[in-house]
Amino acid sequence: MTRYFTDEHEWIDVDGTSATVGITDYAQSQLGDIVFVETPEAGRVLSKGGDAAVVESVKAASDVYAPVSGTVTEGNPALVDDPALVNSDPEGEGWFFKLTLADPSELDGLMDAAAYEGFVATL
Amino acid sequence: MTINQSGWRPEMGTGGDDTVATYTGNRALMLEEALIFEIGDSSTTGVDIAPALKAAPRLGGLERNARIGLPGLSEPETVRHYTRLSRQNYAIDLGLFPLGSCTMKHNPRLNEKIARMKGFADVHPLQPQETVQGALAVIQELAVWLIELTGMYGVAMAPKAGAHGELCGILCIKAALEARGEDRPLILVPESAHGTNPATAAFAGFRVENIPATAEGRVDLAALKARLGPDVAGVMITNPNTCGLFERDMKAISDAVHAAGGYVYCDGANFNAIVGRVRPGDLGIDAMHINLHKTFSTPHGGGGPGSGPVVLSEALAPFGPIPFVSLMKDGSYKLVEEESAGALHPQTFGRMAAFHGQMGMFTRALSYILSHGADGLRQVAEDAVLNANYILRCLEDVLDAPFAASGPCMHEALFSDSGLAEGFSTLDIAKGLIDEGFHPMTVYFPLVVHGAMLVEPTETESKATLDQFIGALRSVACRARQGDAALKSAPHFAPRHRLDETLAARKPVLVWKEAELAQAAE
Repeated sequence: MTRYFTDEHEWIDVDGTSATVGITDYAQSQLGDIVFVETPEAGRVLSKGGDAAVVESVKAASDVYAPVSGTVTEGNPALVDDPALVNSDPEGEGWFFKLTLADPSELDGLMDAAAYEGFVATL
Repeated sequence: MTINQSGWRPEMGTGGDDTVATYTGNRALMLEEALIFEIGDSSTTGVDIAPALKAAPRLGGLERNARIGLPGLSEPETVRHYTRLSRQNYAIDLGLFPLGSCTMKHNPRLNEKIARMKGFADVHPLQPQETVQGALAVIQELAVWLIELTGMYGVAMAPKAGAHGELCGILCIKAALEARGEDRPLILVPESAHGTNPATAAFAGFRVENIPATAEGRVDLAALKARLGPDVAGVMITNPNTCGLFERDMKAISDAVHAAGGYVYCDGANFNAIVGRVRPGDLGIDAMHINLHKTFSTPHGGGGPGSGPVVLSEALAPFGPIPFVSLMKDGSYKLVEEESAGALHPQTFGRMAAFHGQMGMFTRALSYILSHGADGLRQVAEDAVLNANYILRCLEDVLDAPFAASGPCMHEALFSDSGLAEGFSTLDIAKGLIDEGFHPMTVYFPLVVHGAMLVEPTETESKATLDQFIGALRSVACRARQGDAALKSAPHFAPRHRLDETLAARKPVLVWKEAELAQAAE
């Protein structure tokens, strides 16, 4: 399994053609207390860079973008009742959705953990 | 200088002494007040209602047969309840209300006097038109002024508030494109625009794309030009923008959008900064709403309804909504509605409100315009900008002002949370200001600035008031920079201390239930 990052602060774990997407620890720390998450329904077709989910904190509502194109297989049901999971475990239990990749070559433009860490340090 | 002019001296003690309890929970003039459901008695009523006639029910078994728990209060209990609540509120009539983007300026009492004149206050929108010619004349007179002040071609008076006005403008653009037989699905919205702009475009069925801001806080003209094309219906730009800056490239933006076949919507919520100085029509704008409740001082934010007339260019005016007032050749005023629109306004996109607009706000706004005159309105804009710049420059040594180098701000000063002690945030400064007796500024907006604090003093504040506010904000900002732990739990002197906003959002309690029912539900 390989983890990639986007400059919009999403992470994506890839295992073959299936992947799990969430927002990074940096993103949740910037948003503050998360109070609501809207995840995409299974079957929804996402295009790279397009709107995929909505995350709302006490400060602001933000869109979460699809790191790559694909078809959603599952939204995280645990976030409905417990959006705080995104704060407590953003890169684990607080995942947003799973999808099947449409084009694995889209992963080439994403960052690895070291590159993302360097990117965040510039912000 | 001394800020305290009230005669209060430290040895008198503070009003927030937590060590002395009272029997009632009240503290002299600070009165605890229960929910309306929790006072009185459901068997009590403030009015005498005759017993219901004996008649066979005809609800087919749908009659309510359980108590519904309406509050029961006598008239004096009701009056006291709301008066007590009102004393815990903050209002523009109590002090400076520096909410950026909201323009909480003084509501002149002259406007209230005019609006209460019987001929304006006691008319009904369904009255025969020949009996309300004066009221229609006010709508027409105000329309002429709005056109004159903006240099536009026409105006739709019906929209009820700013976002409703945005919808009106976007529906005009949509109708104009349909008339041209073109399908343009995209609206471009810069990062420095009001949050309602993309919401309006999406609601009207357009896709929205963001245009980035430059480092100095203005629209990136090159990025905008690069995105223009045959799929772009138009742009929605807030000018002056939410960074408190004037979009200097506005004319170039309009020209580029027009050259690409699109329309320019301008969010005019910040028109108060440029009224009398800049005519949006000269900048190539096709549609712009005007918040009468901001620029023209009509009460809002709980004090009254909004009103958002939309001025339109010659290209969009034919598509504006009905009804509107038209001055006829015989000198009478006529409402153009469905039955006459076919002959007089055939391309209208239709009706967006039941009646002709917020009449009570029209009388107030016209009163404001006529009492200020052209020179007075120009001074409104100049003083609003002067006051905001005074605040910006007085505080930029203790609060980070990200666009201070971009030149003078317009009517609002923008600060970020940079430079605060570890663990301290914009929210702490806002809560600290409550203890100082001020309504906080707008926080965490605009989104382009981290921990944004947007301060809009308006032109109606005196230098003495501004100095007091600056002193208070400076004091709170210094505490946040130094890491004063007491600030983390502010407010200490409000009727309630720091509220748990996260819990309120995650587990909202939106409906009152009787105590036993609420317990049973747990």
